[in-house]
Amino acid sequence: MALAKRIIPCLDVDKGRVVKGVQFVDIRDAGDPVEVARRYNSEGADELTFLDITATHEGRDTIVHVVEQVAGEIFIPLTVGGGIRTVEDVRMMLNAGADKVAINSAAVANPEFVREAAEKFGNQCIVVAIDAKQVAGKTDDQPPRWEIFTHGGRKPTGIDAIEWSKKMVAYGAGELLVTSMDNDGVKDGFDLPLTRLISDNVAVPVIASGGVGNLDHLAEGVIEGHADAVLAASIFHFAEYSIGEAKRHMSDKGIEMRL
Amino acid sequence: MTTATTTVAVIDYGMGNLHSVAKALEHANAHAKILVTSDKQQIANADRVLLPGVGSMRDCMGEMERLDLIDTIKQAVATKPFLGICIGMQALMAHSAENDGVNCLNIIPGEVERFADNLSDPLCGTGTDNHLKIPHMGWNQVNQQIKHPLWKNIPQNQRFYFVHSYFVVPQSPEPVAGSTVYGHPVCVALAQDNVFATQFHPEKSADAGLQLFANFIDWDGTYNDDCCS
Repeated sequence: MALAKRIIPCLDVDKGRVVKGVQFVDIRDAGDPVEVARRYNSEGADELTFLDITATHEGRDTIVHVVEQVAGEIFIPLTVGGGIRTVEDVRMMLNAGADKVAINSAAVANPEFVREAAEKFGNQCIVVAIDAKQVAGKTDDQPPRWEIFTHGGRKPTGIDAIEWSKKMVAYGAGELLVTSMDNDGVKDGFDLPLTRLISDNVAVPVIASGGVGNLDHLAEGVIEGHADAVLAASIFHFAEYSIGEAKRHMSDKGIEMRL
Repeated sequence: MTTATTTVAVIDYGMGNLHSVAKALEHANAHAKILVTSDKQQIANADRVLLPGVGSMRDCMGEMERLDLIDTIKQAVATKPFLGICIGMQALMAHSAENDGVNCLNIIPGEVERFADNLSDPLCGTGTDNHLKIPHMGWNQVNQQIKHPLWKNIPQNQRFYFVHSYFVVPQSPEPVAGSTVYGHPVCVALAQDNVFATQFHPEKSADAGLQLFANFIDWDGTYNDDCCS
């Protein structure tokens, strides 16, 4: 009897529609977040994450309706990220039915926001998203280190990723979502040394993200990266693998899973 | 079995979103009337009462007091099918170690304690020493320690969704209805007369959670060891 490692499919949502649509033959509307959520739920997803990538302010309230609709019929944990900047944003998402919010650039701009949100709503619903890139050591004989980047990996901040992770947990993050900006979209697997270094240095659960191209990558994230959960988008979106297949594969590798 | 419409009062004392709890109850039984309320009369008139909750124990007890709900809750506990979830389970104990110590409702003798920082488990830990993360977050198995109407149609060792850093330690093993293992055995369900409580979140536990909610809505508030097989 043991706690299972989690698989979390991530849905990118733009103006209330899932982008990078799901290519399932039996799904009528691949852009409908409720249909996609329903599908992932029936396949055994342990949680769902919605990433709101809507660029315009006016389009943003559509994510609230998406969360309301999904929370009304899918009874597994839901996380919403993208554009969470104020306590009011957090409250709105939780009231809509989200269980957790992922805070990203707003945490970098104002770390106190994380503390404030955790105090108001509880650590368990505050996920801090950490986007990191490997940078060279200061001198040649120093090991490489990782730095926090914002703006989709374009803007360096000079903040050390490991120190930042510890700080965010001290400020009240109940979970960390660690994305390698080097690996994201490359399909070469997670940044395992980064994931492991953060997971071994914090007391809270760590979700590995960025770079999954096959099922072995998911298992590696747990076994070598010491992640408590793995997040993936495209391998599930394009139906390369089902969540059921992914879980069985991880279970075959000796990982405790909810099958 | 209920024939007339049954009313479930979900106590709204400002602790987190009750949307999921209410929606899951509606999903579990389309005929039940679900009221999310802090109105004493509505709670007193309901056929069954659910005490949910996320957040910290100090805020939880503080809000119950501020809204003058303590007596109403105790009255419900004494008279009708009652279900506590997460903090709503912990609040049934005598005392919690959270927030430097908080007195709770004292309906079931026992304490609420925090998971130790140095727990480890070779099966689900991470890192070289297999250390366990806090909060205990995710899907863990629930071993049913007793037969109970709320476990009806739920397989032994079914996984439910947890997120908590504190856990209940009842004074006697008698009310323990279910347990899991996280570093050590942990009581995650309590049963005492017409009261049932879970540390896990049925409203986030997919089909198994909906089944438990359906069982609660069908429950007449009684149980004995040979009630169901």
